[in-house]
Amino acid sequence: MIEFSLWDILRNLLLATRWTVLLSLVAFIGGALAGILLLFMRIGKRRALRLFAKCYVELFQGTPLLMQLFLAFFGLGLLGIDVPAWLAAAVALILWTAAFLAEIWRGCVEAIAKGQWEASSSLGMGYLQQMRYVILPQALRIAIPPTVGFSVQVVKGTALTSIIGFVELSKAGTMVTNATFQPFTVYGLVALIYFALCWPLSKSSQILERKLNVAHRNH
Amino acid sequence: MKYVFDFAWLGQYWPVLLKGVAVTIGLITVGAVLGIALGIFCAWARALGPKWLRPVITAYVELIRNTPFLIQLFFIFFGLPSLGLQMSELQAANLAMVVNLGAYSCEIIRAGIQAAPRGQSEAGASLAMSPIQTFRHVILVPSLQRIWPALSSQVVIVMLGSAVVSQIAAEDLTYAANFIQSRTFRAFEAYFVSTAIYLLLAIALRQVLAAVGTMIFPRRSRQ
Repeated sequence: MIEFSLWDILRNLLLATRWTVLLSLVAFIGGALAGILLLFMRIGKRRALRLFAKCYVELFQGTPLLMQLFLAFFGLGLLGIDVPAWLAAAVALILWTAAFLAEIWRGCVEAIAKGQWEASSSLGMGYLQQMRYVILPQALRIAIPPTVGFSVQVVKGTALTSIIGFVELSKAGTMVTNATFQPFTVYGLVALIYFALCWPLSKSSQILERKLNVAHRNH
Repeated sequence: MKYVFDFAWLGQYWPVLLKGVAVTIGLITVGAVLGIALGIFCAWARALGPKWLRPVITAYVELIRNTPFLIQLFFIFFGLPSLGLQMSELQAANLAMVVNLGAYSCEIIRAGIQAAPRGQSEAGASLAMSPIQTFRHVILVPSLQRIWPALSSQVVIVMLGSAVVSQIAAEDLTYAANFIQSRTFRAFEAYFVSTAIYLLLAIALRQVLAAVGTMIFPRRSRQ
């Protein structure tokens, strides 16, 4: 039997961490773009679009991410294309992230005082101008901490893609465990790597919240 | 696309789904009660507990909140037996859910406690209540009432997250879906139906928690 040193285990896990990071970035950036689209549907004037965005968010927040991954994996397959795990993982995570970000941002836009809308429209600004110059710059400020905080959920969410066969940190953990028979060490290390990825994000979210809130409190 | 959807298997396999639903409900019931209890204890320990305990609780909360539930589950189910802690799949699943919810609810409850005005606990002390009495009646219950909506959402999140316990062969709803798709080769339909059931469960759980909220906080501090 081959002996595995701690370094062997750690090296393999760290190599797989690349894919966790990459998938997190893809999911977050893609989700943010789709989330902006959803946000505009949700707060816009068209009733049908508002309803669509609302149902979309309800649907994705009310069902397990794992099920969404399965449905993406097998659902895309129904279209007759051969679906690699990474594609299903990316699609599902982007759709899931978009739902949560849209809902977070909606809260931020709605937190802007109504008087701001009224004041800007009394200055003769159109909807887009109001958004561009009055509402979004203020909403952006309060949106940053919860958005950074949610990125932690995205990183943790990528762990589920191991179940549909995408080889990232969690899957590598399972594979290394099967080779070394040291689940305690391996999963402990996997947890520590996730912690090293997520904790700085959580902490910076807290710090940003404290910093950006200072201006808000003085109003 | 020439795929024909087929839900005929439902006639034969609905008892499997039903059993899965029962297990999921059981898991979240035990998980929610014990998890919130653990959260209350941790919040108490952080606010009033012995000094040495506080960093331990902080470490626990940070560690759980910054690692995926799947890894916590694997660590408990595959890792702990090497320390001599053997558990069944369901026990491991439930333990993981309790530990997970405990950390999140600790943080939520702590936020509620911090929002409690300082004068309240001073008032409690001036009425000759013991610190424990003050904590229980003056701090905790109003705080819980304040954060009940946030706590409820967290319970729903843990219920949805419990789908991954199928990975250690705990026989929940997702496990049932996996079982059915392996028998019928109707993967999309099986997951579609179970996703719909999860959605209904999430909606129902929100209603139940709202009802529980009005039951245990009967217009206490409503002016």
